[in-house]
Formats: sequence, C-alpha cells, structure tokens
Amino acid sequence: MYQYDQYDQAMVDARVEEFRDQVARRMAGEITEDQFKPLRLKNGLYLQLHAYMLRVAIPYGTLNGRQMRMLGDIADKYDRGYGHFTTRQNIQYNWIKLEDAPQILADLATVEMHAIQTSGNCIRNISSDHFAGAAADEVVDPRPYAELLRQWSSFHPEFDYLPRKFKIAVIASDTDRAAMRLHDIGIQIVKNDAGEIGARFYVGGGMGRTPMIAPVIREFVPVLQMVSYAEACLRVYNRYGRRDNKYKARIKILVHEIGADEYRRQVEEEFAHILTLGLEPPAEELARIQGFFGNPGLVDGLAEGYDRSDPDFAVWVDQNTTPHKQPGYKAVVISLKPAGGIPGDATADQIRLMADLAEAYSLDELRVTHTQNIVLPHVKQSDLYALWQKLDEAGLAAANLDLIGDIIACPGLDYCSLANARSIPLAQKISARFAEPERQRDLGELKLKISGCINACGHHHAGNIGILGVDRKGTENYQLLLGGSEAADTSLAQIVGPGFSEDGIVDAIETVTEVYRAQRTEGERFLDTYRRIGMAPFKEAIYG
Amino acid sequence: MKILTGNDLGSGHVVWWDGEGWSRHVSDAVDVGDAAEAILAAEEAARRVNASYAISATKAEDGTVRPDHIKDRIRALGPTVRPDLALQPSDPQSGNWVI
Amino acid sequence: MVDHCLRYRDDEPVGDPAVTVDAFAEHGNATAVRIEPGDDARMLLPQLGRIALIEINFPAYGDGRGYSAARILREHGYTGELRAVGDVLIDQLSHMRRCGFDAFAPDKPITQEAADKALATWPEVYQKTVDGRSPIWALRHGR
Repeated sequence: MYQYDQYDQAMVDARVEEFRDQVARRMAGEITEDQFKPLRLKNGLYLQLHAYMLRVAIPYGTLNGRQMRMLGDIADKYDRGYGHFTTRQNIQYNWIKLEDAPQILADLATVEMHAIQTSGNCIRNISSDHFAGAAADEVVDPRPYAELLRQWSSFHPEFDYLPRKFKIAVIASDTDRAAMRLHDIGIQIVKNDAGEIGARFYVGGGMGRTPMIAPVIREFVPVLQMVSYAEACLRVYNRYGRRDNKYKARIKILVHEIGADEYRRQVEEEFAHILTLGLEPPAEELARIQGFFGNPGLVDGLAEGYDRSDPDFAVWVDQNTTPHKQPGYKAVVISLKPAGGIPGDATADQIRLMADLAEAYSLDELRVTHTQNIVLPHVKQSDLYALWQKLDEAGLAAANLDLIGDIIACPGLDYCSLANARSIPLAQKISARFAEPERQRDLGELKLKISGCINACGHHHAGNIGILGVDRKGTENYQLLLGGSEAADTSLAQIVGPGFSEDGIVDAIETVTEVYRAQRTEGERFLDTYRRIGMAPFKEAIYG
Repeated sequence: MKILTGNDLGSGHVVWWDGEGWSRHVSDAVDVGDAAEAILAAEEAARRVNASYAISATKAEDGTVRPDHIKDRIRALGPTVRPDLALQPSDPQSGNWVI
Repeated sequence: MVDHCLRYRDDEPVGDPAVTVDAFAEHGNATAVRIEPGDDARMLLPQLGRIALIEINFPAYGDGRGYSAARILREHGYTGELRAVGDVLIDQLSHMRRCGFDAFAPDKPITQEAADKALATWPEVYQKTVDGRSPIWALRHGR
C-alpha cells in the first residue's frame, strides 16, 4: 500500500489548517454561506437533511487496518456510532457538526487520510478495481497509476472550478469491476503488442439524468504520457464544457454534442502542446509508487483447498470469495447487506472488527467496493473458516454477493437533501422478501440498484434491475428499469412502464423474477435472459 | 400555516422558528404569516441559523405541527429507517406520520 | 487604473484601459486586453509580444475558464502583467498565482497581509505549472 512521505503529509496537514481557518471565518461571520459552501464542499462537507455530512476519501478504495479503525473511532467520537460506505468507494458520516469538522480532518491526517475533493466541481477521488493486486486477470496492479493521478489531481490549480464534478476510474483487467465506462474518464491500463504498458482513455461516460457509456478517445497512451493526456482532456473540457445549465455541464454532454472525433481532435492538439512543457512525472516517480504495491506478504507454495464440512460456511465461501492470483489464497467479500438491513451501513464496532480481521487475515489490507461492500483481498484459504466464524458472530456473513439481496442503494430521502424518494426502506423490503437463501441462489447473479433521484448515486441505470425514486405530486413513486450492466458488457437499463408505490414495486420485482425463472435456459443469468427475450414478456407480466 | 426552518450553523441540528428563537422540535414552530423574509434575513445575518427557508405546514387539533412536504417531515423526525435516532423517544406510529 | 490592486511584479502598472478581445483584433494598437470567460485566449497568441497587460475577468468565482486562459498565455511565453479581476476571493489566490497571474484586482479588496498568508498556504505543490515551482515529484528525485 502507498505510504505518505513528508511531502504528502505536509500537503494534507496544510489542508487541515486551511480548513480550520475557513471554518473559523465562517463561524465569525467573515464569510457568507455562499462563499463558504464551495470551500466546505471541497473538503467533503455537505449540509444534508439532518446535519452536516462528511464524505471521507478512500483513494481507489484501498485502506489498511489502522485507517479502518480510525473510521470506526470517528463514527463513535463525532457521529452516532455508524458510517455509510458509498458507491464512490468512500465512507460518509451523517451527523457531523461543523465545529468538529476541522478536528476530524486532523484525526484523519494522522492516518494518512483526508476528505480532499470528495465534492465540488473538481476532480474527485479516483476509483479502481476492488480486487486490484489480487485479481488473477489483471495486466498490472492499477493502483500505482491511480495514485499518480491522485497526486496530479490534488489541488490542481487549473481544474478546481470545472463546469461540473469530474470522476476518474482506473482499471487493468478486461473484466470491469469499477463501472469504468460510466466515468468522466475511464482508464484501462493495457499492454500493447510490443509488451509496453499504456493507458486506454475512455472519455464522456456517466450516470445522472443523462446516462452515457464513454467512447474510446485514445487506444494507447504511453504510460509516461498518461498525466499529460489527462491534462489535455481536462483542459479541453474546462474550456468548452457548458456552464449555462448545471444539468448539461458534465463532460459526457460536451463529448456527445461535439462528437467523439472532434473532442479527440481538440485533445490531441492540446496534448501535442502539453508534451512540450515537461509536466509528466518521470519514470522514477512511477517506479517509486509501484514500490509500495509490490508483494504485500503473499507466501509461495500454499496448497489449494480447505475444509468445507460446515454447510453454512461452504455456502458463504462459494458465494462471497473469488479466486486469487496467488495459489492458496482467496479474496473475500464482506457483504454489508444483511436481509432487511441498510445497504452499506456499518457500526463503529463492525468497522473496527473488520480492521482487526484485515490485520489478522488479509495482510493488513481492505477495500471498499462500489457495490457498498468490503473486501479482504489476501486471505489464506486455511484461514477462511476462522474468518467466517468471526464475521458470522458480528452479523457480517451474509452470503449474498451479486445476488438479489446484495442491493446498491443511495441514502435517499432518509438522509439526502437532493432525493425525491426514500431508497433504503425499499432495499429493506426487497431483501426481506427474498431473504430465503435458497431462493436467492436459485435466482443467481442479479444486480439490483436503487436511486432516490435522477442523480443516480444508486447506479440504477446500471442495474440488471434498476429502481428510480421520483416525487409524484408529493408522494413517493418508483420507476422500474431492466437490463443495465456496469461490467465489461456495459449497458443502460430501460424503463419498463408506469411507476409504482413502494409495495407495488416490490411485487413487480417478484413478477420480474418469476418471468426470468420461467424463461431461462440452462446456465443463463437474469441479464442473459433479458437480453435474449427482451422487455416485452416482462412488461406483459407486470402490466398485462 | 407558514413556518420557518433551517439548520444550526455550528451543530447542523434541524431547527424551527418558535417566535423568539430556534427550537429543535417542529411542534414549537409558529405561523409567521408574511414575516418570513424579514425574520430569515435577520437570523441568517446574525448566524443564528443556516440554510433557512419557509414552508407550509398544518397544525393538528392536538397542537402538533405537520410540514406539508415529506422531506421536511423526515427532517423533523429523523431518518425513517433509524427510529432509534429520532429526536424524541421512538414512537412506533412516527413512521406513519412521515408518510 | 484600478484602486485595489495587489501586484507581484516590479514594473510600473499599465494605465491603459483594457479593450475586449474583439476590439483588440480589429484595431491592433492597444497594449491592454481584457479576456471574458467565453473568449479563447489562443486568439492573442500571435501578438503576445506587444501586450503589456492582460486582464482576465471572473464575473463569478465558480467559472474556472480563466485559469486555463492564464496558463495558456504563460505557456506561450507571455511575460506582461496578468491580472485577475472581478469575483476574486482570498481562497482562490494561490491557485491563480500558480496559473500565472501576477496581479489581482478583486471586486472586494483583499489586504496584502491576507493575500501573502493565502499564497503561503501550500508548502509544496504536486503539479508543474507556469509558476516556476519545482513539483513534489521533482524534489523527490533531485531534479
């Protein structure tokens, strides 16, 4: 894992002091809320329905036990004993006091963490593959490239007041586990025919009210020009991105309006100029960063296999673990989706327990996934049973990864000032309706995603089943969408028909699953069946 | 009735205008009639409230005040999915009050 | 001449009124130009040598096009005064300086003391820009 040197630490410490001063000026009335708001947002501090909300950055979703423990301690000390892991691979606290915020940032800085640029119209926290460094199918570990971009994008003086927020994802596998093409810039680290490493740039994807899948803007940028190319992409956006309408300000609209070819032409022109400026960190810097992402302590020569005699354990291990590139290991996903629970929420005690377990069983590493779960990436197969027992005792052993109970849900109207409808109660009802483990497993992979408004924080466009909450004359109403996917075969879900009440949509989803069960052929996932038979049979069954 | 709400600047607590100051309990809210703008301007300027605005609400016979929009009812109560965190000891019926 | 102007250069302030980019292109004898957010700073590149003052206007601090405009001008060798005018707030001075601004004429005056403090906020910087500071990656590798 990356470790700060004195430079990184000094930058974060300076930010804490800057924010302490800004908060003091706001409390003293030297600046107005209008002036203060963008400053607090750039430190992840929102004003939500019940209090201030703080979003803490977890760069590319990776953290260690000490950092995770601090997140638990903050939940106890400054919040109400829990935190919410988000689709941005971050954590949010819902009950923060403005007066405490600078000290929280100071506490975070002691464990090399911050909330820098987790909001605002700037380059946001960079996301990545939650199995990076463990995945058998990766070309290289994508995180050093994400870290290089993290440093480049932190306090970037030219791109702090962009037309709109800007999200970057970096992956290095053909299997996309980070919804990469639904980002403003999606970078896939690839190897060309000559064996050289480079970056494939996808630009102009996004969810929100106008979902778009990013087109390729350049197939191969030599790795030692990646930062310069990103700089060119951002500069063209900063120059031409729309500022007249907040809802048309994302780069996806610019790329769509002028076309990928024209956008590419402008970027290439700017790129040629930027290359003359020598802005790119040298190879030694990339090598320095890569040095932190070497073997975290994986042992050679371990045997494959483990005792599966406990049936409950066997179910969990089959559902919630994935192959590791190193023989004798597995990557474990801790589901934060118990039946009837709040997706992504974890108590302070659970957070600290996961920190302990990471130290004991996962070479001191954890990941936050965009599906609001936690990964222990490097677990010895011989430790799996002991780990499972401890998770089970703490209510963290739901065996539902990628099943219908593994629901993504935004905070919705229970917490969020932008929401039109509540998301969480719906997630609770659905996961309770399908709580029976055999029933979930029979339905197989089925990704259900709920957003409480068209801003799509719950990724409903990318759900095999998506739900969008809307406000219909003051009452909550829910639209049903089918057929989305965020994986390498990215597709956008389509609306089925008229919306439903809260109970109505739970019934409609049950109907959808029955259609799938009746129509599926051997080995077909829900998404496969939907793509084969189309919308009509589902629509007929629901509204017919 | 027309009532005023916002958040306390320092703590972020949801607050309601009770005629003299800001209360955390929605049922303390008073009808401000046409005075909304003037009160909010003065209170914001004095930093006694933040992100304040006026809303419509209805007063029940038992004296409880119910904001007309669900968003403000959730603000008054707390997250509907965490009744244990509600401002007042949790009442099983409170969820129905919100919807 | 602007009343409240913080300058970080030693030469005498230019007193000429700044003309619009369009007017500059038409008449061609002005020495001071004012860039609005929608203007393309690259229009000025062929004539940078005879310009002594470029004002970049920020009608609203949230519109960041002026940062790119400033950097592009400096990257192409402009050495005259580059002045940020309009809704320029203390919290933006450091970034503006890094993008090449060396004078500030904010709508609401900023004291020299506050400005100096703001400009000293960051001990080091991550990016190489046009301000001549060595980025952290260069310091790390003795460059």
